[in-house]
Amino acid sequence: MGNLKLTNISKSFGALTVLHDINLSIDDGKFVVFVGPSGCGKSTLLRIIAGLEDITTGEIEISGRDVVHLSPAERKIAMVFQSYALYPHMSVRKNLAFGLENLRFKRDEIEVRINEAARMLAIEPYLDRKPRQLSGGQRQRVAIGRAIVRNPDIFLFDEPLSNLDAALRVQTRAEITKLHRDIKTTMIYVTHDQVEAMTMADQIVVLNSGRIEQVGTPLELFERPKNLFVAGFLGSPRMNMLKATVIGMHDDGMTLDMGYGTTWTTGIEPDTSMIGKAVLAGVRPAHFSVSEQDGLPFVVQYYESLGTETYVYGTLEGQSDQIIIHQAGHFSPAPGSRLKITPLPDRLHVFDPETGLAIPRKAKQRDEAHAFA
Amino acid sequence: MRLLEVRDMIGRLAGLLMGIVEAPINALEGFMGRKRMPYLFLAPNLLLFGIFTFLPIAIAAGYAFTGGTELFVSDRPFVGFDNFRQLLACEDYLRPGSCRESLFWTAIWNTLWFVAFNVTATLLAALVTALILNRAIAARGFFRAIFFYPVLLSPVVIGLIWKWFLDRNGLLNAFLQILGVPPEIFLLDVGWSRFFVVVVSVWFHMGFYTLILLAGLQAIPKDLYEAAAIDAASPRRTLLRITLPLLGPNLLVVLILLMIRSVQIFDEAWVLTNGGGPGTANSFIVQYIYQMAFGSDLRLFGLASAASVLMGLVLLVLTLIQLRLGRKMES
Amino acid sequence: MSHGFNPIGFLTRTRRPGRIEITDILSWLWLIAGTLAVLVPVVWAGLSSFKPAAEITRFPPTLLPRTAVETSVQGYEKPLSLWTVTIDGKTREMAMVRRIGLKAQMVDPQSPEAPVSVDVRAMSPVQKLTAATENYTDPLTRFDFLTFLKNSVFVTFVATLLTLIVNAMAAFALSKYRFRGKNAIFVLIISTLMIPLTVVMVPAYLVVVGVGLVDSLWGIIIPTVASPTAVFLLRQYMLTIPDELIEAARVDAASEFRIFWRIILPLTAPALAVLAIFSVLWRWNDFLWPLIVLSSRENFTLQVGLNAFQGEFSVQWHYILAMTFLSLLPVTAVFLFLQKYITTGIAGTGMK
Repeated sequence: MGNLKLTNISKSFGALTVLHDINLSIDDGKFVVFVGPSGCGKSTLLRIIAGLEDITTGEIEISGRDVVHLSPAERKIAMVFQSYALYPHMSVRKNLAFGLENLRFKRDEIEVRINEAARMLAIEPYLDRKPRQLSGGQRQRVAIGRAIVRNPDIFLFDEPLSNLDAALRVQTRAEITKLHRDIKTTMIYVTHDQVEAMTMADQIVVLNSGRIEQVGTPLELFERPKNLFVAGFLGSPRMNMLKATVIGMHDDGMTLDMGYGTTWTTGIEPDTSMIGKAVLAGVRPAHFSVSEQDGLPFVVQYYESLGTETYVYGTLEGQSDQIIIHQAGHFSPAPGSRLKITPLPDRLHVFDPETGLAIPRKAKQRDEAHAFA
Repeated sequence: MRLLEVRDMIGRLAGLLMGIVEAPINALEGFMGRKRMPYLFLAPNLLLFGIFTFLPIAIAAGYAFTGGTELFVSDRPFVGFDNFRQLLACEDYLRPGSCRESLFWTAIWNTLWFVAFNVTATLLAALVTALILNRAIAARGFFRAIFFYPVLLSPVVIGLIWKWFLDRNGLLNAFLQILGVPPEIFLLDVGWSRFFVVVVSVWFHMGFYTLILLAGLQAIPKDLYEAAAIDAASPRRTLLRITLPLLGPNLLVVLILLMIRSVQIFDEAWVLTNGGGPGTANSFIVQYIYQMAFGSDLRLFGLASAASVLMGLVLLVLTLIQLRLGRKMES
Repeated sequence: MSHGFNPIGFLTRTRRPGRIEITDILSWLWLIAGTLAVLVPVVWAGLSSFKPAAEITRFPPTLLPRTAVETSVQGYEKPLSLWTVTIDGKTREMAMVRRIGLKAQMVDPQSPEAPVSVDVRAMSPVQKLTAATENYTDPLTRFDFLTFLKNSVFVTFVATLLTLIVNAMAAFALSKYRFRGKNAIFVLIISTLMIPLTVVMVPAYLVVVGVGLVDSLWGIIIPTVASPTAVFLLRQYMLTIPDELIEAARVDAASEFRIFWRIILPLTAPALAVLAIFSVLWRWNDFLWPLIVLSSRENFTLQVGLNAFQGEFSVQWHYILAMTFLSLLPVTAVFLFLQKYITTGIAGTGMK
């Protein structure tokens, strides 16, 4: 029992509207990540679910109950804060016990729950220490422990890894994922880091300027971004956008004129009304093939080799927009040299530059099996 | 160990007390809702403020326009500007004797002279001490503490200590005798008593202003001095061109604060001079208000209030200047 | 031994190492003179408070409390005082029987049979160090001093406790909540800083009479409990407590009052400690307001009592000084133990 349903949620601070008509439903047991640039409203949305912010309009249901007028404590949620928000004057044990004491749990029940959480998170040795005597990673675990002992319907995480160093972040990421597999409780996780989103989520909610841009599994969002924002936000380095013109339609899809006397045929749904229209062709850096003969003329500016893979930065001849291509292994093209690049045809995304929306791909052309090449 | 036990006990006791208080307050929270709790937290404070601070302020002005010796405003006849007229009726303001309320004008002139001397002397002494303590001098903490110590004492205690020091049989006269000077009853001499009221006031309050100026001095970035040293500035030039200009805003604030507090001189002078003596040589404005209202059953509340209002206006102007300066300093 | 303590280096530590300038000498002179100026009147009053009544008005005074040495001599009922006497160039100790004008009749304590007449200019009293503890015990037992002390302790303790709680609650509301009228209330409270007691003492007295607290200890406790300085100080401190802690507590099902006393109060402890010290000093030293409100002797605080004493016992300096010194002791103790706290507190808040 830990499903969540948001209906027509809006939130304004005075004249400023930070969330516009949010509709979202989350099934029990899912790990959902809210992701978006800073200021997109993802934290506000989380705090609204927690009951820490009021909503201007809309409805919130947790486990089938209307919770709009309930206090955070009554919503059966628990939250891990960005700063951990451990009570600095209480020992770890007291920190874990505080919420249960407030709910008037019996002393031995509190003891049992604390010990169980401490064992699960391996914080038993620190139970009698104060938060300031713990390392960042240990504090993080205590914060999670404080959520676990409450045995909530939904866990809420507000950028919980942003105060950790890079190595610890990777490790904790894996631990939270494992925790979710173990306890199978619904978790909602806010982050601005798309890597966290892609690696942890069952379901990603991409937010931008107070609106939901797209909801789906990491793969869906990566493979079929609904619009330019999602395409640009997910994936690193970001997707390259090339100017193109639709010149023809046939059964296999549309044909694009890329300039330089090059045409590409894609697996995109044909629509004859689009002929002659200027579009943007989106290609991820990894989805180019490089050759000496065919393709768009690419002028190398510089490259970054990471040993096992190489990113080459450059422009199309005569243009100024930077294009990044990814090559497996070590690759060292001389700056100023020319390459010919061609996208993998079934990896091409086409966007309408006016609406920003993606033009849908033909269903039969999709092949998710080798999506992450 | 003992101390911890005591702390633990106090903590437990407080917890127990709070536990008792908590239940009804939580019930109120359930009734009023979380959103209104801040009003509940503010309520005791605002209630006390309302009764004992705002109400008197509201009454204060009205009081000044009533006469008689009754305490409650409703029993007092309205007399318009009579009290002010009485206070301000004067042939020559420079000669208090020619005024209808000669005591009031004596007090005003005494206060003005006191403020002038006290502000100058305290400011200079505090500034010099702060400049010295700001140097990398040995035992700085010790000296800072010593100079600060009198600030904590009660004005009554200070009045008595100094009274004894200046007594006919006191230590000062003993010193003077060693130097061959005949003993003097300082507090019965008009000039000496006024002088020592200022001395005692400087002695009492200097440490406080030293501390504020010292904090200001220590806020001046060290690299400015290093830059000045590299620019071969002499210590005198460093003081005049770097330290004092940068301390300027603090000095101004201290100056106004000193004025505000000096105008209100009462406690230590009252004890030291046996209520303003000799004669009225050390009768100050607050003492005048106190005596008119509460001294020897005069019960001239209207006159006292009128004098309060006049003093309040002066203090208000000074305070507004101070706030103005404070805001300038922040920006 | 480079880490050893070097007393000479310590004392001669100056702005520029290795060179003592005229400004350094002047600085030290100023500091030493200032230290003496602060300490001498206090120490002098302290030493004098141990002098017996007979000794305290002696001029020129002795620095340390001394008393005449007396001895019992055979043949005389009362003990006689001992004097150093010079007779025919020889110095000896003799007891004084009686004194007539410039002549005194003296006997040798060892052989008291033959009194001799001595010129008083050729003799000086034999004295010993003493501590006239009766200066302290008499006021405590015979006069109302103990009542004053009790009143002062009561007022100081209760008023400080109330000041802490009432103002901490207000500061909590003003720092951690958003509500209608918040800024107006804050400005209203802070603006009363501008109106000192001296300006409103007549109407304030009226109010105290009106609510029936005149000539009662509660009349000096309650009116000063709500303090704008305290609200300001505590609010500034509470603003530094992260809001996430309060939100975490709300998620943890804590009521707002529970958040106040389990989370906010413990975390505000440093500011509360500073405020407590100041409150204790304010109450203990308060004079003008108690002087106005209290009229019967059994309600006097120490300061008002001391003031009354000095009018009544105008020549009994030994009692006055002893009581002065007693009332100075707690403040001095507070100062010795909490000096750092207080000075940094003042430098940080500019309050007194």
